[in-house]
Order: sequence, then structure tokens, then C-alpha cells
Amino acid sequence: MSYIIDRRLNGKNKSTVNRQRFLRRYRQHIKEAVADSVNRRSITDMDRGEQISIPTRNTHEPVITHGPGGKQHRVFPGNKEFNTGDELEKPESGGGGSGSGQASDQGEGEDDFSFYITKDEFLNYLFDDLALPNMIKKTLSQSKDFKTRRAGFVSEGTPNNLSVVRSLRNAHARRIGMTVGKRKKLKELKQELAALEPAENDGRPDVVTLMEQIDTLEKKLKSVPFLDDLDLRYRSQVKVPTPSSKAVMFCLMDVSGSMTQDIKDIAKRFYILLYLFLQKNYEHIELVFIRHHTSAKEVDEQDFFYSRETGGTIVSSALKLMKEIIDDRYTSSEWNIYAAQASDGDNWDDDSPLCAQLLEKQILPQVQYFSYIEITPNQHQALWESYSGLQKTFPHHFAMAQIRQPGDIYPVFRDLFAKDRYQEAV
Amino acid sequence: MSHPQPDTGRQYLSTDSEWTFELLEVYDREIARIAELYRLDTYPNQIEIISAEQMMDAYSSVGMPIGYNHWSYGKQFLHTQKNYQRGQMGLAYEIVINSNPCIAYLMEENTMPMQALVIAHACYGHNSFFKGNYLFRTWTDASSIIDYLLFAKHYVRQCEERYGVEEVEQVLDACHALQNYGVDRYRRPKPISAAEEKMRQKEREDILQQQVNDLWRTLPASPKEEQKKRSKRKFPSEPQENILYFLEKNAPLLAPWQRELIRIVRKISQYFYPQRQTQVMNEGWATFWHYTLLNHLYDDGKITDGFMMEFLTSHTNVVYQPGYDSPYYSGINPYALGFNMFQDIKRICENPTDEDREWFPDMAGKDWLDTLHFAMRNFKDESFIQQFLSPKMIRDFHLFSIFDDDEKDHYRVEAIHNESGYRTIREMLARQYDLSVREPNIQITSVDIEGDRSLTLRHTMQNNTPLSGDIHEVMKHLHFLWGFDIHLETFQDDRLIKRQSCPDMKIPV
Repeated sequence: MSYIIDRRLNGKNKSTVNRQRFLRRYRQHIKEAVADSVNRRSITDMDRGEQISIPTRNTHEPVITHGPGGKQHRVFPGNKEFNTGDELEKPESGGGGSGSGQASDQGEGEDDFSFYITKDEFLNYLFDDLALPNMIKKTLSQSKDFKTRRAGFVSEGTPNNLSVVRSLRNAHARRIGMTVGKRKKLKELKQELAALEPAENDGRPDVVTLMEQIDTLEKKLKSVPFLDDLDLRYRSQVKVPTPSSKAVMFCLMDVSGSMTQDIKDIAKRFYILLYLFLQKNYEHIELVFIRHHTSAKEVDEQDFFYSRETGGTIVSSALKLMKEIIDDRYTSSEWNIYAAQASDGDNWDDDSPLCAQLLEKQILPQVQYFSYIEITPNQHQALWESYSGLQKTFPHHFAMAQIRQPGDIYPVFRDLFAKDRYQEAV
Repeated sequence: MSHPQPDTGRQYLSTDSEWTFELLEVYDREIARIAELYRLDTYPNQIEIISAEQMMDAYSSVGMPIGYNHWSYGKQFLHTQKNYQRGQMGLAYEIVINSNPCIAYLMEENTMPMQALVIAHACYGHNSFFKGNYLFRTWTDASSIIDYLLFAKHYVRQCEERYGVEEVEQVLDACHALQNYGVDRYRRPKPISAAEEKMRQKEREDILQQQVNDLWRTLPASPKEEQKKRSKRKFPSEPQENILYFLEKNAPLLAPWQRELIRIVRKISQYFYPQRQTQVMNEGWATFWHYTLLNHLYDDGKITDGFMMEFLTSHTNVVYQPGYDSPYYSGINPYALGFNMFQDIKRICENPTDEDREWFPDMAGKDWLDTLHFAMRNFKDESFIQQFLSPKMIRDFHLFSIFDDDEKDHYRVEAIHNESGYRTIREMLARQYDLSVREPNIQITSVDIEGDRSLTLRHTMQNNTPLSGDIHEVMKHLHFLWGFDIHLETFQDDRLIKRQSCPDMKIPV
């Protein structure tokens, strides 16, 4: 006796929990692999998962088994040329080849255990332990924006929301429902009448009564209204609060002659990280690219990273432009404003104090977070000195760090956005 | 055996390679009918159609339909998933579970001939083996395993909720490392029952804890009495090979729920114990029957030539045995060895040669079906090979035996497929399947109950083979479960040659 059961509709992700257990257990390894891969990856290439490799010795489950050695007899198939008593050279280092027939299940040796994680998992590991600074500030509870959403149909409403199709459909159903008995009766009476084969002006009493009854019924049927108040349906609209899920990210970069393409690449990676980070937390993000040498200019992404400029450096020009753009387009109650400034630290001598002042007085009060990275293998430059004071005054809104080489990007980024550093209560 | 052709010409069950549920039923009925002719006694079948993803899930839980959660199954899953997605590996056509009813998974991607093969292989081959073989009859209880697994899953989850995932994981890791040492080899276990387990669990917790406490009583007895006891009290009184059982009952520091987890791993390990010892027989038997049953179906005119071609292609792949020097060689293929041995037994019964008469006087000329059933019921891989591997088989497989002595520079070919080598090869091959040779012999010999509570195990070396490096990790797990020092003494011919401890201590031998 057999039962055949179709199980295909049952859940197919029975292993999800076990998979997560595995990922949790090897969290540290995976995080290291992810950090590695961020530095290796090209910038436009953050939108995919990653193959993670963990050395097998770490994932190995130990069991008691025989090791190599001792006196062993082994039987193999496929003899071609051997005869009893033949002696065979042992292979060097005893590994590989056909000699290790018994160890087939451990043949992987020192290979890595590798598997794939998805894009989301990749980003989660990447931004693990990072919290957006001051995110709480603009959460749902304080939202003042509403947007209307469709929420089905209701029986009361304003004429402009009337749903014609729904109303007529209701009317039709009601008419059918209300007349079903009468129409049935009418049909019967008509059949009866037909059975009597009435002639023109038939005077037979039963014919007359029947005709009268038919007449009344037809009148009653006609009196059922085509459209009733009951039938009307209106589209319902409800107001839902929208979280302030908009962020704008300002990328400020020095493109003066002293900035080489290498330095720009490093800066670019930093921006990428910031962008991905924001992307995970906000629905909508706008990017503003401001590049500057002696004067600042808003440009598109391509120009920002790849056009060549030469000349001196006046950082304050960029800050002024940023302030203008904020006032112009991003009033700070709606927008979460983030800014990242990258520079090699060069600045016109007299300009640095002005920059610090601009930030302190005008920009920092409006932004969620302003980060400054100085990309230089050398000593700190003038701008760094001026900014140092800000870090103390605005510990939750301003951070700065130095990047010496590409490998520093991720650690510095993590450091700038580390969770405990910005655990500012509401 | 020949089967009369029906006069009306061939009445094919199907001509298409697509399967439908109706067709599955038709084929199953036909195969069941033929299986009965061959006296295959089976549990009822529960055939479940699943998708490839579900098959991967089934894979990762070592073939258990329900399993508790553990990272190692996740690891298995990731491994399977990656290989499958890269196309490095096909999935098995079926998985069959030793339960009553016997559950067989069929993949939806299979064609109709494949489904028929799988039904014959799993639902009538494996199934009758599970029901008939003495190891399975003795060691497992097919009717209660599903309930028990469910009980185990719930229990582990409860523990996770109460004591934390990591705590539970640590215990399970330790148990998994020792799971091959959780079986009573010489005593038939009591059948498991989920209901009973649940009912007795509380009771058992109390009693167990009480007994453990008794063993570890710290109140000093009167000095005189103690003196007397010390000389007398040796614990355990006999060496214990079931390490997990010993820990469950006697580990001093474990909480009741931890003992219960050990018990669960132990019971599941017990359930797989027969499978580890009957791989060649089990697969050989199932392969023999899918081959025989479908050929019978073909002779009856129920299946088309195309069907038969597809079936034979798969069958040939399954029973292919590459030589030792082939790049595809990965040990002796149990399907090939088992299938050919059963075919060979049939041949010896039906058409014995003089050689067969000399080697197998009891079998030659007997009823082949009786002999086959007898072999299936009463042997495990080791004894099956020892008993039934014929010289012809050894010649067909070109088997040869190598002696590898780590003190010599050369391998020596000690026997090949000739008159003087048959017996040696047969014996060596049989030994290769002997669990007691394959797995190191480790037993618990003593516990220092009066002193530092350390646990001493004895490893008796076989053929001078040392333990693999894993032993250090395993000892750490053992130490975690026991809670006090662990010593492992390795004996070679009754001589102590090595002593390792966990935590590491430098104690001279």
C-alpha cells in the first residue's frame, strides 16, 4: 500500500535557521572576508553578494578517527599489471594519488570552505556595528508629513470619490436579488397563461385573473429602482504619516593640483561606503557633488571624480556653496543632511580658520553629520589643525580622520560611524 | 526467468517521459505487484514529491525528515547549495527514510523512467531491506523514529529558549564529536517512544540527578568505612565503550537538560548505526531489485524500449566502478560491489561452475530467491563479503590487496585476483567494512572518584594505527561534558605508549 503526497508546496526553506546558525557562528570570519572584499572591489560593484571562504580547519567538526600510519591492508579494484609480491614505491609525502583510498572523505585537505552570501547579507556584515549618527532625531514619531493612500471602498464619502463601477455593480446585484422571486412567479404565470392558449380579448375568467396578476407583477418589477443610495460606494483615502526617509549626501572634494587620481580614488571609496550606508537606512537619497579648487562648483558624479583641474585651494568656497544649496533646496526639517569632505589637507593659509568658523556657525547646526577625511601619508596640514577644535564642540555631529592608504578606508569609516561613539539619546 | 509475452501485444503503462500523479500510482501498483512475486516484504510506502530546493534541505539534515537546529546542518546546506548551483554536483534522485511508513522523496525534475527506477529502488528495495535485515530489526524502531525526532526537535528548541542558543550549541557540538561512541554494540536497545520519553523525562531528570549525586557524595563517611571502600570501589566496574551513555548517567556537573541532550544525540546515533554497517548490502540490494523489477516490467511488455534505454543508462552510471588509477576513483563503489554480489549469488544458484560448487557447495543449485533473502536478512557488510564474495567477483573487479607498513619504504602487493589470493582479498575487503576496525577502539576505563574526579580512557591500538589529530579537539569536548580532567592512554600490545591529557599536562609516561 502506497500513499503519494505532493510536498512541493511545502516550504522549501527548511534550512534557513541552520544556515543562520552557521553564519552566526562564523560571524567573525565572514566579517573579515567582507572587509577584505570591500577593499578589493571596484566602486560600482557593491550591488552583489560575495563568496566567503573560511579555512576548513575552522569549520571542521572533529571526530575520533584513525590517523595515517600503522600497518594497513587496503583492497583496490582495477588491477592491471601487479602481481603478488610486487613492491611499489610510496609517493613522496604520502599524500594524494591513489594511495589514500580510505581517506576519501577528507580529501579536501586544507581547502577553504566557501559559500555565498547575498547582497543584503554582504551589506549587513559591512555595516555591522555601525549606527547612523542621530538617526533617532528624525524618526516616525516626529514626522509631520502625511501622504494619502487608497484604503478600499466605503459607503459614505464625497461625490468626487464616487466609484461608478462599484456602485453600478452593487445596483445590478441588488436588482437581481430583489426581483428574483417576482420574476420566477411571473414566468410561472406566463406559462400557465400560455397553456390556456388565450385568444385575442379572451373573456375566460381564469385568463383575465392571470393577465391581471401578470400585470401587477410587471408593474412591481418596474418599480425596483435602478440606482439606490444603498448602492453607492466611494473610494476611501486615508492619511498615513510618512517617516522622514529622505537624506541628502554632500560630497565635497578638493580637486586642486595637489590631489592625485590615487587620492581621489580613495576618497571615492569612502563616499561609496557612505552612500551604501545611507542607502540601507533611508528610502530616498540625493547626492550633491561639490568640487573646488579656488572656487567651488556643483557637478555631476562623472565630473566630480574624473575631470582634471589645477590651481590653488580655497576650501571655504565649497563650504559656502554647500550652505547656499542647503538653504535653497534642502530645508533641514525635511531632510537628513550628511556631508563628507575629502581633501589632502592643503589649503590657502588664511582660509582654514574661516572654514572652521563657517562650519561651526552655519553648517553644523543644520546637518546630521559632517565627516572630514584627510588623505595624506604625511603630517597633518593646516585644515586639520583648524578643524580639531570642532570635534570637541560638536562630538556628535562632526568627526575627522586621516587615511594614509587604501587599506585604511574601511577601518576609518567604521571608526567614524562606530555605534558607541554616537549613542546620543534623544 | 522468462515471462510470457501477452498475446494482445504490448500494453505500455506510458509512452511519454513526463510523469503525472496518476502515472506514479499506476507504476507503483505494477511494481508492487511484481515485488510481491519476489516476496519483497515492505513497510507501507509514503512517496513524497519534492522540488530540488527541498531536496537540498533533505540532504543537509543527514536524511532526517525532522531535525533539531544546529549550525553543522547549515554548513552542510551551504556546501550542497554552492555545489548544486555551480553545477558541480547533481542531486540524488531519491532519499529514503527508515521509518514506518517508509518515506521516500522523489524529485519533481525526474522523468517518468527515473521515478519508476526510484520507486523500485527505494520503496521496494531499501524498504524491504529496512524491514528484513537483522541489524535494522535489532537496532532501530521504524515505527517511532519520526515521533522521536519531532520530540527531539521540540526539546532542543525549548532548551534554546530557556538556556540560550549558545549553551545548547556547546553541548550539541560536544555530543556530535562523540556521536560514534554513543552506541551499545552488544545489547539490544529498548525501543524508543516519543510519548514515553516525554512522560518519563521529568521523572528521569530527578532520578538521574539523584543517582549522580549519590556517586559523587561528598559527605565523608566514617574513616574506617572509607578505608574499606577505597580499596573496593572501582568505577566503572567494567570498561565502557558507550561514552555518551556513560556521560549522560555519570558526568558530575551536567544539568538535567544537558543529560537529555546527550541522550537525544545518542538515540539518533543509534538509529544510524545499522546504516553505517550495511551500506554495500543496502545499496546493492536496492540496486539489484530496481534492475530486476524493471526488467520484469519490460518483459511483461509494460514499458517501452525508450523507457528501458533511459533506465539502463542511469543504472549503468550507478554501478560503474572506476579502477584505482582512474581520476574518477573514490573508493569502492558500494552500489557496484553490492549489486554485482547479489547478481553473482543469483548466478551461483542458477548456473554454478565447478569453481562455485567447490567454494559455495551450500548455494550451488539452490533456489536463488531463498538464498538472496537469506543473505539480506542475516548479514552486515563485513560478514556478507566474507561469506559471499566469489572468486569470479574478485576476478571481475580485478581486486588486489596492498599492505602498507609505515616502517617500510614500499607498499607490498600481498594478494591479487588469482587462486592463491582469493581468500586474502576476501578477508581484507571484509575487514575494510568492519566498524570495529574502521573506528578506533576507545573505552572509558576508570574514574578517580575519591580523588580529582579525572576520567581515564584507554585507546587500544589496532595494527599500530595512531589516532588522527582531531583527538585533541574531541578531548576538549569530552572535558567540557565531564567537567574534570580527561586522560587518554594509548596501548600498543598491552603496553602504554602514550598518554595525553586535557587540559594539557606534562605527565611523564
